[in-house]
Amino acid sequence: MANKVLMKGNEAIALAAVKGGVEAYFGYPITPQNEVSEYLSKYMFEQGRVFLQAESEVAAINMVYGAAASGKRVMTSSSSPGIALKQEGISYLAGSELPAVIVSVMRGGPGLGGIQPSQADYYQATRGGGNGDYHTIVFAPESIQETVDVMKEAFDVADYYRNPVMVLVDGLIGQMMEAVDFNRPVTKRFLPPKDWAAGGMNGHSGRNTICSLYLDPYELEAHNLKLQKKYQAAIQNETKFELVNMEDPDYVIVAYGTMARVVRSAIEILTKKKLNVGMIRPISVWPFPKAPFKAINRNCKGILVCEMSLGQMLDDVRIMNNGALPVGFFGRAGGIVPEPEEVVDAILHFEQRRVD
Amino acid sequence: MDIKYQKSKGLTDKPLSYCPGCTHGIIHKLVAESLEELGLLDRTVGVASVGCSVFSYEFFNCDMIQCPHGRAAAVATGIKRTHPDGIVFTYQGDGDLASIGIAETIHAANRGENITIIFVNNAVYGMTGGQMAPTSLIGQKTTTSPMGRDAHMHGNPIHIAEMFSQIDGVAYLERCSVFNLRQVRNAKAAIKKAFTYQKEGRGFTMVELLSTCPVNWGKTPQDALKWVEEDMTKVFPLKVFKDAGVETHE
Repeated sequence: MANKVLMKGNEAIALAAVKGGVEAYFGYPITPQNEVSEYLSKYMFEQGRVFLQAESEVAAINMVYGAAASGKRVMTSSSSPGIALKQEGISYLAGSELPAVIVSVMRGGPGLGGIQPSQADYYQATRGGGNGDYHTIVFAPESIQETVDVMKEAFDVADYYRNPVMVLVDGLIGQMMEAVDFNRPVTKRFLPPKDWAAGGMNGHSGRNTICSLYLDPYELEAHNLKLQKKYQAAIQNETKFELVNMEDPDYVIVAYGTMARVVRSAIEILTKKKLNVGMIRPISVWPFPKAPFKAINRNCKGILVCEMSLGQMLDDVRIMNNGALPVGFFGRAGGIVPEPEEVVDAILHFEQRRVD
Repeated sequence: MDIKYQKSKGLTDKPLSYCPGCTHGIIHKLVAESLEELGLLDRTVGVASVGCSVFSYEFFNCDMIQCPHGRAAAVATGIKRTHPDGIVFTYQGDGDLASIGIAETIHAANRGENITIIFVNNAVYGMTGGQMAPTSLIGQKTTTSPMGRDAHMHGNPIHIAEMFSQIDGVAYLERCSVFNLRQVRNAKAAIKKAFTYQKEGRGFTMVELLSTCPVNWGKTPQDALKWVEEDMTKVFPLKVFKDAGVETHE
């Protein structure tokens, strides 16, 4: 326990980024993630690294684009409406094959919505609002410790695939405090030097250009197929999930992030009621885990998807389940964090929850 | 044999994609020569915007980054802040800078970002086929103002140099053109000065260049040059708006 410190989620995200080697941060104020930039405004300055408050989320993601294109480790953070504004930039990052980390601290929507914790931006994160056939690799941790671990690794994953990586949490993880260890080891990856970066010809041989423009349709298709190859590799290598109590469960709950914590409590209550309920907890929501759905025993009475939204990850569960088991849904919207008893009730009345 | 003239090392061998009579080519040459003569090519990163000059990333012989429409000044900020010893310039048209990208440009100027903006103003959206630009003149017929630009319906032409001259972070700001040899020489001096100021870390520098678009204006190249000289300069006067190196009180 000696290595642990008590820290607020948003500040832990900021410190984890520093530990992950971030060289530049660009962001714009929006609740509930302001502590990320407030923390970094002081810390990055002290470390001789770059911090800049941009004039908008649009400008911030494009500053990220410039720093990434010229070869630096760079990040931004925002929340729901702000992430909406960054979508164009995320598409350009993917199209130009640039690594960057984007932290999304979700709040209720649509529109200006509210500022309470929500998971209503699952589509926004995993499908994206930017144009084109692209994917963002998205990790959705459930605790501050896991957020820190994921943040540190996110920069390596981004560099490895030359692709934007999103760390998706909700306002509850951003605002609460937990004990966290910053020195847990990160999986080592081979990261080739950024000899593609356009930071001045004195830094490499020849002339480097970064762009996402291919006017020839055959060239653009070839570029797309190249991107797809990377996405296939990410599906193979970056899918992360946790299984809880998955030996012969009567029901399986699928939940991520804060919702998964509520489900853990619900499972304890249900165990006391002699109901054996397991949980598949996706940690990567893109790529979405497939294997654990194949492994669910056939006696299982159904899958309950629980979200702090009105059913978005539900689509992915349906795809992975592919009609094999009955699927039910429980969700709350608007920034409400459900009580474990509500999840217990949904399992006890599963038939009423069915959406298949 | 004595070589009297040769193409700047600041340009690649890629043939320019601009239309006959368009003055983008001259402006490219001036930027390339300035960077070469100042010995900056090796540490320069250029930012290509969206519009006719989108392919400038293939033409300038330095590291180049193509960016989203209007966002060049923000992208340049990201490069410069992480490469303070580099020379960073953007090459933008009037649609890119004065319309969709005006916020990014104003804030980069206001922060005094130590970058150089080459702002090519031809009063029309060229790449997309001749639509009205924020800098189109009153009465100018475009594909989206077929009866001519009307101040009440479309607003007035926006005066970028005049606006930016009010911003503290601006170290150098001049409006030039390239409609005759004297103007070409003057424009080159302005571009060179802007890059020199950037090299010296003086702050934000911008050169606005009145340019031609014979195809979308429906004019011959000669008439297009004449229209810049006689019509555009009346609305957009050529002058030094700000020079941090000179004490001026206008």
